[in-house]
Amino acid sequence: MDFNDTPEEAEYRAKVRAWLEENAPRGVKGASLGDEDESQMDACKAWQAKKAAAGYAQIRWPKEWGGGGGTTIQSVIFAQEESRMGVQLGGPFAIGLGMCIPTVMATADDETKKRFVGPAVRGETIWCQLFSEPAGGSDVAAIRTRAIKDESSVDENGDFDWVINGQKIWTSGAHYADYGIVLVRTDPDAVKHKGLTMFWIDMKSPGIECKNIHQMSGARGFNEVFFTDVRVKDSQRLGALNDGWNVSIITLMNERASVGGGGGARGGGALKALQVAQKIRDENGDPLSNNTTVREKIAEHYVRAEGLRFTGMRSLTALSQGKTPGPEQSVSKLVQASAMQDLADFMVDLQDQAGIIRDPAHAVENADFQEMFLGTPGGRIAGGTDEILRNIIAERVLGLPGEIRVDKNIPFKDLPTGR
Amino acid sequence: MNFDFSDEQLALKDEARKFLAAKCPPDRVRKLMDEDSPGFDPELWAQVAEQGWLGAAIPEEHGGLGLGYLELCCIAEELGRAVAPVPFASTVYFFAEALLRAGTAEQKAKYLPQVVTGEIIGTIASAEQAGPVSAANINAEVSGGKLNGVKMPVTDGVVAHHAVVLAKEGGKPTLYIVDLNGPGVSREAVNTIDRSREAARVEFKDAPVERLGEVGDGLALFEAINDRAAVLISFEQVGGADMCLEMAKNYALDRFAFGRQIGGYQAIKHRLADMYAKNVLARGNAYYGAWALNSDAPELPIAAAGARISASDAYWFAARENVQVHGGMGFTWEVDCHLHYRRSRQLGLVAGSARSWKHRLVTMLERRNAA
Repeated sequence: MDFNDTPEEAEYRAKVRAWLEENAPRGVKGASLGDEDESQMDACKAWQAKKAAAGYAQIRWPKEWGGGGGTTIQSVIFAQEESRMGVQLGGPFAIGLGMCIPTVMATADDETKKRFVGPAVRGETIWCQLFSEPAGGSDVAAIRTRAIKDESSVDENGDFDWVINGQKIWTSGAHYADYGIVLVRTDPDAVKHKGLTMFWIDMKSPGIECKNIHQMSGARGFNEVFFTDVRVKDSQRLGALNDGWNVSIITLMNERASVGGGGGARGGGALKALQVAQKIRDENGDPLSNNTTVREKIAEHYVRAEGLRFTGMRSLTALSQGKTPGPEQSVSKLVQASAMQDLADFMVDLQDQAGIIRDPAHAVENADFQEMFLGTPGGRIAGGTDEILRNIIAERVLGLPGEIRVDKNIPFKDLPTGR
Repeated sequence: MNFDFSDEQLALKDEARKFLAAKCPPDRVRKLMDEDSPGFDPELWAQVAEQGWLGAAIPEEHGGLGLGYLELCCIAEELGRAVAPVPFASTVYFFAEALLRAGTAEQKAKYLPQVVTGEIIGTIASAEQAGPVSAANINAEVSGGKLNGVKMPVTDGVVAHHAVVLAKEGGKPTLYIVDLNGPGVSREAVNTIDRSREAARVEFKDAPVERLGEVGDGLALFEAINDRAAVLISFEQVGGADMCLEMAKNYALDRFAFGRQIGGYQAIKHRLADMYAKNVLARGNAYYGAWALNSDAPELPIAAAGARISASDAYWFAARENVQVHGGMGFTWEVDCHLHYRRSRQLGLVAGSARSWKHRLVTMLERRNAA
């Protein structure tokens, strides 16, 4: 048991480090979703192109598709070294390369793949994923956006138009994406999971309108996307007609296959919390960090964050040995999201009345904890709610029964709907 | 990155699991708890010794297998899973570790070979009263080579042959080895919350002692030994916590209410998912402790605290929620839930409370922040 690289890993790390030293941009701020400007997007695109040219974009992918022809552990090592250099410019490409393009690669014909894969790897095109809907959050398959075949549009090759109407929501990056993959209902007479179809779509198509969502934290990272008589060709279909649910599983499996860098800082935010507690005085003029309750809380945060960090290392070990990581990583987001919210609440409470101040000029630690307080509720919802994650652990890891599904044998159009 | 046990170590763990499933089934533990003088299974102890487990991490020159601490962690996990009623922790994690850390060559030669064979049951006697072990809380006094005072609770103190005792000499905390069958020692069993591990009140009246380490080093040595024991005990806790989750899951699948398996209700599913999450975190922290222990890393005290806090939390949560999932059966004598409910608390206290470990961890983090 150790934390050392294998000789091959060490060699690769040294190579990556040298390349990054030479090539990585210094002091360039990445694009934070919804708040990005053009120069930040340009910096992201330039860095992605540079990585692709050197074989460091999509390291795990075959070289013929613009990848690096490497291993999963190599891609982890690169990500670790990139983050060690403080380079965080991959955000705009994460969904495309992590979810959309793998779906295209698994389902599209060679011509389509050739058209899309390379440019996406090089950062020339950005993709978004259009699955969630106002009435389909945790129940992703409850999609109401309709695609109807336009019989009058059939051309000499048998291709024809689908006309899409409806609304998608929580679409990260839709406002700057060039393309998207969209899941729509093509057969409302079939049961919920059976009447869906997946298409790739040009986000500049007439009839698509993006509107950003104003979150409680003030951030605007997500979008609502409205479809009004948007036309896609049947040749843009990914997978078989009415088989979109199975195609979406490919997409989501790829999301899950992306393993983190075994990362996070030592102790999460606990060390910072301790420093803050040392500076605030209690009723007797002593540092709050001397208070037993405060100490216990900080210890609990530290241990929980470390537990996550070491769990990541266990998964990395499996990757390093060429094995599939166990299910342990499934707890990561569930634990992390609540932990951050708890830490924010605890740190705001420590500040007493001053805890309400969000003005960075006057707040403790530039209002980091106030921002965290307002930002963390979303963490427990986005990418799988706490409740869905617990269901997944209970069902897939522990083998407990699935939820009762009253919508199983009913045509989609006959399902009761609420808000 | 190689943050896992080797295939050989995992094979040893697997063997230990099979061995304990055969030799130490839960009904045997429960039966032992029914007896007038509960807390020790001599037959199992002899079998454990025969397996060589007592000497897994003791060097070959002292009769041990000299394998290492990672192997000992594997065994510990399985002992915890089985709620084994043997003085393994007292003898191996505390007594033998104290000798290995602080003993002279002579002392090691005198005691360790018999620890390996199971002939010497050892323990540690540190606490005297409610509250953490500290200089202020030690009244036992050595003067002229004779010990006077009372230690309580001394886990496995009824069956142990020797104890490492924390006492003061001229006001300075120091460790000593005492022959519990020797003159000046009287002991009586005290009833505890975990009847699968006994404990004693031990009174010393001019009992002769053998010093272990230097005068005045007692507390530092005690902490170093406690760190090592805490890592090993965290594996017992992880083993117990996983067993609780397994029991709760199996019961939730077998038990029907309102026309279906209770494991289909989210109130149960989510509780079990939370148990799983805590168990995963505890295992990660315990592995870090194992690495630090095995490589004698300077991070050991912090790693031990992380393992201790995380594993104590996970086992207690799993044990208590396992009772809850079992409903009315959960708090009966005949169902095994209470074995873990008791043991989780016993293990959570025997090397010091969560409260005191959290305090200690933050003290270490403060030092690191300052450095």
